Amino acid sequence: MIRTLPQSGLYKIAFRFYVVLFYIFLFAPLIITCLLAFNDSSFPALPWKGFSLDWFLANGPDRVGLFHDRSNLSSIVVSAQTAFWVSLFSVVVGTMGAFLFEQEDFPGKQGLYFLALTPLVIPGVILGISILLTANSLGIYFEDNFGLDVPFLRPSFWLVVLGQFSFITTFVLLVVSARLKKFDRSLEEAALNLGASRFEVIRYITLPFLRPALIGSGAVAFLMSFENFNTTLFLVGSETTLPINLYLQVRDGSTPIINAVSFLLIVSTSTIALINLLLSNRKS
Amino acid sequence: MKNYFRLGLLIFLTPVLLWLVLLIVIPHIELLLMSLKGTDDYGNPAWTFSHYATFFNEKIYWYTFVRTAVYALATTFLTFLVTFPVAFYITKIVSKKFTGFLTILLLMPFWVSELVRVYGWMILLRESGVINHILISLGIINTPIEMLYNDVTMMMGLVYTSMLFMAVPLISSLEGMDDSLIEAAHDLGASPPTIFFKIIIPYASHGITSGAIVVFMLALGNYLTPTLMGGKNSLWFTEQIYNEFIASFNWNQGAAFGFLLLLLSSFIIWAGLKLTRQELGRALS
Repeated sequence: MIRTLPQSGLYKIAFRFYVVLFYIFLFAPLIITCLLAFNDSSFPALPWKGFSLDWFLANGPDRVGLFHDRSNLSSIVVSAQTAFWVSLFSVVVGTMGAFLFEQEDFPGKQGLYFLALTPLVIPGVILGISILLTANSLGIYFEDNFGLDVPFLRPSFWLVVLGQFSFITTFVLLVVSARLKKFDRSLEEAALNLGASRFEVIRYITLPFLRPALIGSGAVAFLMSFENFNTTLFLVGSETTLPINLYLQVRDGSTPIINAVSFLLIVSTSTIALINLLLSNRKS
Repeated sequence: MKNYFRLGLLIFLTPVLLWLVLLIVIPHIELLLMSLKGTDDYGNPAWTFSHYATFFNEKIYWYTFVRTAVYALATTFLTFLVTFPVAFYITKIVSKKFTGFLTILLLMPFWVSELVRVYGWMILLRESGVINHILISLGIINTPIEMLYNDVTMMMGLVYTSMLFMAVPLISSLEGMDDSLIEAAHDLGASPPTIFFKIIIPYASHGITSGAIVVFMLALGNYLTPTLMGGKNSLWFTEQIYNEFIASFNWNQGAAFGFLLLLLSSFIIWAGLKLTRQELGRALS
């Protein structure tokens, strides 16, 4: 059954076979995508026609590589900006939420906590359309009553930031709360007794203790925002984020330039994820 | 002293309330209101159930709705079947020094955007794809087969994109399980199936529930995988919502569909929690 008990040979072999198959299944699409980014062919398909960096570097007239493709490059920048603001806002509000639910007491706390968890079980598409509807109604209201045109209430950069923030904050809240639960409150009491104010305590004692959770959840928030599709789909304006831009290209037929973007994404996200994992392992 | 604490409460409470009221509560009330707005016979704005009536009268809509629910449930179950052995292997069978490595390896692909993963499968499976190329060069088949755009492939895609959210809670609950529980049962003569159903599954039930909730919700609300891997025939309910919003520009109808999807997902998650006697807070954290 388990490693400490005697196991039959067949059981062991069958299990190992299954796990190997599972990992092949897991990595096959990613490896193929990366490999075909370097194929010297106009289609992301076999046969292998030789190694080429054209899909990264070429600058016309037959092929345009990623580094000269303005639409993909600008969508990468838009995604990075979105992810920056989303992770900043969600870490700030999520941390405040963690303090609120772990350290404060007020009537209706249970109900509010339940409400704060719901974004995790609301499908992203629904969050997207309901925020779109609300922003649109607000926009009409301002226009009819005050003659004001509020550009960010139309599908736009900031609406995407708000939409992603609305559910990513819950993840930050959960991660930071888990860390805050392990905090020894007698440290705070000692500081308070020694004359520190509540905010000095938070600034010099609690926040340093929370730092790994803040960095970790910030990195996760960044990645979640960077690759979000469902919520963004309904809120995106003229500045398309990378996943939306890639979706439009994949839907309308594909060129190896998508493989080149994917290759960069795979390499950079796994680097961030690995650094994050190593840091959190060392800390704990 | 007391004053500081009330001020603290206010400072923490305000942003959290703003977030939840402005971005969660009000938008969902607005969703409900929009779904009930329409025009009467004279073209004046009026409250109406007509958008819900459309849903029940047009066979294609509720057929898609039921189909999506059934497929999302099936995805959840299949994801559990596929990932459980791996989680068990990583935590209980393989030598302990590989546990960390295999776990990290398992998590890596899921940091990459879902779109990239689906695209990878499209390159592999389509008519001019890599698998067809290999099969033809090996002489196994003569003409390429279109492996995309059917329900089996779509299900596989959904399982693939959801595996992580099942694997992580399973691994963490199995990791917390004391091996001596299994050893004791074994010494007392329990057979492997008995150990599995009477000890391992009950112990991991917490992880199974939280994994199942997240996987179900993600499958139900998925848009990318059904459209790209299932193609035109995928009939996924989120596509109907998208069509109403973006293609037909019938936002009231789309809002009604959205609200129905929200009801469905809340109901199934509620039922799942009731059946396993768990609370949302505990299942998600």
